[in-house]
Amino acid sequence: MNIRPIFSSLRKHRIPTTLIVLEIALACAVLCNAVFMIGQRIGDIRLPNAIDQAGISVVTVQGTDPDHARDVIARNLATLRAIPGVQAVALMNTVPLSQNGWNTGFTTDPATKGFDDKYVNVAEYLITSGGDKALGLHLFRGRFFHADEYAAGTLGTSFMPTGHAAVITRSFAARMWPGHSALGKVLYMGDTYSYTVVGIVDNVLRPNRNGGDARSFSHSVFLPVAPVESAMNDYIVRSAPVDRDRVLRASIDKLSKLEPAAVVKGRTFSDIRNAYFADTRSMAWMLVLVCAVMIAVTAFGIVGLSSFWVGQRRRQIGIRRAVGATRGHILRYFQTENFLISSLGVALGMILAYGANLYLMQHYEMARMPWYFLPIGALTLWLIGQFSVLGPALRASNVPPVVATRSV
Amino acid sequence: MFAYYLQLGLRSLRRNSVLTALMVLAIAVGIGAAMTTLTVMHLLSGDPLPGRSAHIFYPQVDATPAGYTGTPPHPMDMLDYRSAVDLWRAHHADRQALVADSPVKLQAPESKGPPRMLTMLSTTAGFFPMFKVPFQYGSAWTPADDEGRARVAVISSYLNNRLFGGADSVGHMLLLRNTAVRIVGVLAPWRPSPQFYDVRGGRYAQGNTASFYSRTEDVFTPFFSSLQINDGHFQQFSCWAMPKKPGHLVDSPCAWVGLWVQLDTPAKIHAYRRFIANYARHQKALGRFANTDTRMMSLMQWLAFNHVVPSNVKLQAWLAFAFLAICLFNTVGLLLAKFLRRAGEIGVRRALGASRGAVFSQCLTEAGLIGLVGGLGGLLLTLLGLWIVRHQDTPYADLVHLDLSMLVVTFVLALLVSLLAGTLPALRASRIAPALQLKTL
Repeated sequence: MNIRPIFSSLRKHRIPTTLIVLEIALACAVLCNAVFMIGQRIGDIRLPNAIDQAGISVVTVQGTDPDHARDVIARNLATLRAIPGVQAVALMNTVPLSQNGWNTGFTTDPATKGFDDKYVNVAEYLITSGGDKALGLHLFRGRFFHADEYAAGTLGTSFMPTGHAAVITRSFAARMWPGHSALGKVLYMGDTYSYTVVGIVDNVLRPNRNGGDARSFSHSVFLPVAPVESAMNDYIVRSAPVDRDRVLRASIDKLSKLEPAAVVKGRTFSDIRNAYFADTRSMAWMLVLVCAVMIAVTAFGIVGLSSFWVGQRRRQIGIRRAVGATRGHILRYFQTENFLISSLGVALGMILAYGANLYLMQHYEMARMPWYFLPIGALTLWLIGQFSVLGPALRASNVPPVVATRSV
Repeated sequence: MFAYYLQLGLRSLRRNSVLTALMVLAIAVGIGAAMTTLTVMHLLSGDPLPGRSAHIFYPQVDATPAGYTGTPPHPMDMLDYRSAVDLWRAHHADRQALVADSPVKLQAPESKGPPRMLTMLSTTAGFFPMFKVPFQYGSAWTPADDEGRARVAVISSYLNNRLFGGADSVGHMLLLRNTAVRIVGVLAPWRPSPQFYDVRGGRYAQGNTASFYSRTEDVFTPFFSSLQINDGHFQQFSCWAMPKKPGHLVDSPCAWVGLWVQLDTPAKIHAYRRFIANYARHQKALGRFANTDTRMMSLMQWLAFNHVVPSNVKLQAWLAFAFLAICLFNTVGLLLAKFLRRAGEIGVRRALGASRGAVFSQCLTEAGLIGLVGGLGGLLLTLLGLWIVRHQDTPYADLVHLDLSMLVVTFVLALLVSLLAGTLPALRASRIAPALQLKTL
């Protein structure tokens, strides 16, 4: 097919052609970046978190008398265990995605003193006996804590427990000892605290992202403590998912009755996770909406413009048909025209998309967009263009040759 | 004449009602999206202390202890206790206030409600006049209460409504952890956007800064009193080494206190910069500081430094404007095609004596109609968009509303968009040569 006439026809309609090219280019740029951002956000929302997310509830008890912590905790744990349907109970200082960050730093070098550059920031989870079962941690290597390790852990007046055993996540193990097994290695903090890694578990997320990348989001350390610490407020109650809501209500009810002076609050872990990602989720939906409306607007724009061109050229089409052009020729003429316009648009659009990504990387903590987003975006707009032009083009191909004779 | 053009325009628009609806909808959606995000941006990036923010400063010194081997950011976003109190006690500014947050358990013995955990702001008497905090009942505590470690508190209007049903609660007692404090003042509703005096650490937030727009704290207590009331529950911004006892941060190697000062003249600003520089040099000479870096930003500089506007909000604004541009290109292209299709008709009118100006204004009337209706639709969609934002689970949701200035901007934008969309096609249509068109009729 000869495309020269198409070019000369487009040159006659320079302004509308430019406009539609710009529209497609902008749509391509926005689409590539928006889809990339949606992908990143879905990746965040789906970050793996190897605990029993469907069965856990968290009951937080605050404002109890620290001098009686030992008795209060023992009583609370016993009360929670007695609730029918409860499978395991433990006490923790904070829970994943709760936004209540307990961050600390460890180094593999025993010689450093203050928090210096060799320290790797990590979330510190303190758990009491049975915490592995209450959370539903997945052991990858090694073992969980023994009873004597739990008993040896107390905080005293520090953030860090006494005791010398730690269970760490796979991603933290890989960060501290890349290429080596972490089992039996020692984590140091100052000259006072050191913990031997006895077990490695599948990745558990931190209470909050704390400014790190996706990998450091699951840098977590579990340390065993005895159930005596007033600094620990989060009771982990695990049950079957069907029992969860009932168990949570009963837990809040029983604990508030036990101690009216305390502030008792409870949430299912699903709620905690949903709340953490609420912003991310609404942004993802907003991006999806923008993409959908934008594609619709672009498609309708192409439909409208092609329809007008078809209407404008009815006579020419009639003449072409009269002198021997088949319907297929007419159809292909409009399809080719649209293809040329779309090609110009996506060529410009891919450059724009790349530029926008560079700008966003500089100003909005965006990652680099993988190259394949560009051709995918281009292909999408090509398809949208072809799809939109199909209707008007078919109508054009149905113009009977007799039209040519009528108005001459 | 205009009425006649209007009639012609309406007739022409009715002839292609689906297309007209599409053009109107495109403009409406574009304006709705752009104005919703722009309004949110406008509300979040405003000046929390209009007219006063230029006099409010956040002095910082690098309190890294001598002998520390790491490389922390110089200086940290907050001060250590000793530097903060030294600078505050010097009273070199027109007004000054220390700030520190901590979670506290609160009970109101007179109301039977359950105890609650909330955030307490520990500050000094200068806070209230410096930030022109409005009072509904009572007043702030006095500087003497600061020094005397008085057991007094100021509560927010939100908490007063919850505990006392909005009645004047001055003189009533509250239980903060285990200490009884007397209410001396109740704030009128006060909702600075952002909650500027607690802004810090924005550099590390990766754009997730929505929490800077939370409500203010519900309890305000004198700084030194609260150190006793809530000992063991203070939270550090960051530490150079482990504090001996967590939550007890007085004289710990931690940054956890903010200092705000009011400096009314350029001379005083200059003098205060010199003052903190001298202080840092002096502390280094004494062997307490490792460095002598200082920094003092004005309130708005500090907010910009912390990138207070959440990056999601800024991204949405970019997206919305790209979207508006797409809608605009779309409408211009369609109008142009539409007018040019009527070239024959325009040719006849020109041949019968219509001037270029007449054709131009006729086409512009038609385009303006689309823009106007689209703009009105855009306004409605903006209201809908803001309603949706208000029902989102974000700290700034309750701040979102369409104020007068943004309403005006919406109308101006709608007008601008419709003119932009109309001018080019109308101009092109008015330049149609009549002879050429008549020949082809």
